[in-house]
Amino acid sequence: MYHWDFQVVWQSWDLFLWGAWITLAYTFASILLGIVIGLATCFARLSNSTLLNGIARIYQEVFRCTPLLVQLLWFYYAFPLLVGVEMNNSTAAILTLSLYVGAFYAEIFRGGILSIERGQHEAAAALGMSSAKAMWRIIMPQAVKRMLPAFINQSVTQFKNTSLISVISVAELAYMAAVVNGQTYRPLESYTLVAVIYFLLLFPLTQAADYIERRMRVSD
Amino acid sequence: MTTSKPVRQEAAPAGEVVLEVRGLLKSYGRHEVLKGVDLALHRGEVLAVIGPSGSGKSTMIRCLNMMEVPTGGTLSFLGRPIAPSFKGKGEAIGFGELRRRVGMVFQHFNLFPHKTVLQNVTEGPIAVLGLPRQEAEAIAMDLLGRVSLADKCNAYPNHLSGGQKQRVAIARALAMKPEVLLLDEVTSALDPELVGEVLKVIGSLAADGMTMVIVTHEMAFAADVASRVLFMDGGVVAAEGSAEEIIRAPANERLQSFLARFHA
Ligand SMILES: Nc1ncnc2c1ncn2[C@@H]1O[C@H](COP(=O)(O)OP(=O)(O)O)[C@@H](O)[C@H]1O
Ligand SMILES: [Mg+2]
Repeated sequence: MYHWDFQVVWQSWDLFLWGAWITLAYTFASILLGIVIGLATCFARLSNSTLLNGIARIYQEVFRCTPLLVQLLWFYYAFPLLVGVEMNNSTAAILTLSLYVGAFYAEIFRGGILSIERGQHEAAAALGMSSAKAMWRIIMPQAVKRMLPAFINQSVTQFKNTSLISVISVAELAYMAAVVNGQTYRPLESYTLVAVIYFLLLFPLTQAADYIERRMRVSD
Repeated sequence: MTTSKPVRQEAAPAGEVVLEVRGLLKSYGRHEVLKGVDLALHRGEVLAVIGPSGSGKSTMIRCLNMMEVPTGGTLSFLGRPIAPSFKGKGEAIGFGELRRRVGMVFQHFNLFPHKTVLQNVTEGPIAVLGLPRQEAEAIAMDLLGRVSLADKCNAYPNHLSGGQKQRVAIARALAMKPEVLLLDEVTSALDPELVGEVLKVIGSLAADGMTMVIVTHEMAFAADVASRVLFMDGGVVAAEGSAEEIIRAPANERLQSFLARFHA
């Protein structure tokens, strides 16, 4: 019978705390950058320019059709060789995470915008609004509401995906579990604790997403 | 009256020509929808457009504010040509200014669902004309009073009946103080018992001298309110004249068989 002992693992609480902080920082930074990249990509896809459209599509498909783990390794080990610049692991991590999530956000944004009826564009245009103004004042506020559940789900996934940057030695939460395990030889406790921390951080988010989705169904 | 060519000055009020269309063509791919429409709309005139479904009435009225860009012919507003872009260019008036001055009301209302009734009506004055909010709200409340919906100003559109929605849409268009109002089958999506309240509003606008183009299947209403009636058929103006000539005593055979369907 295995004798659980969280005591030894808990002694490294500061490592877990630091790891959780790093995880949160990478999650929010990559989500913010991802929103910017996603919006730019979305509007490139919605534009009339074949060139912008093509570039945006290639970017999206490359990042959606290769594993994030491979992308991380590629940006950290291969990309610097290709362009001849040094890149530390945190830069590679934030770059890859943002590009990855941006490709998915773009699709969510695009779907939300395209789901707004043509009549809304027409009503705005008939008042004399430019299409940019109509997008900002009429289309986006409605689209944001519709894309919110998918956006939160993708962000929850992003939160969990940050655990992968441990492979390029970014000391986030999952990495810390490995460190503590190395010090204490207590894999069961180390990895259980880290799983519990992830759960406690994410559970409220998924609940919020469900709540928003339910409320939206009522209001539609 | 069976010719499509001349604009009947004698049937129209004496006001200046606001909108003028010459040889208007519109195709979707190889499908020719408008095959040369001529039209002059005078200030203060109420022009009713009737005709079978698919005859190009919507396409024609939507060309008048450039919601559809014609594939041929010319359109002018108060004698000025229309630039093929949002912003005008020199003498030519752009889509933006044209649409500010030529309002449109749609069959399916197209109210902004995320805005209250009041915000729907103030949206144009604030976002397009740049009026301060208070001034826009004063205009909006006045118009909502006119369409008998002042008490609904804080409601959201999905809490309104179809007839109420369409009256808000009319107030929204009027808030821009347009010189012309285009109405495309604005009662066709309504339950029959709600048609009257919307027609009443349009009737009162006509009485006030609002210049309007009204696409409608409400023949009695058209006969009542229109200073001139246009019968469209197969992408051309097949007949044109006073309500008396076109609706009450039609001479044209196609027109007679079209109108026969409305005398059930
Ligand atoms: N966006 C479009 N694309 C292709 N065909 C269209 C489009 N809009 C209208 N049409 C066609 O043009 C013709 C005239 O349509 P419309 O102007 O709506 O007629 P009406 O309003 O008199 O019923 C119809 O045959 C219709 O199918
Ligand atoms: Mg129509």
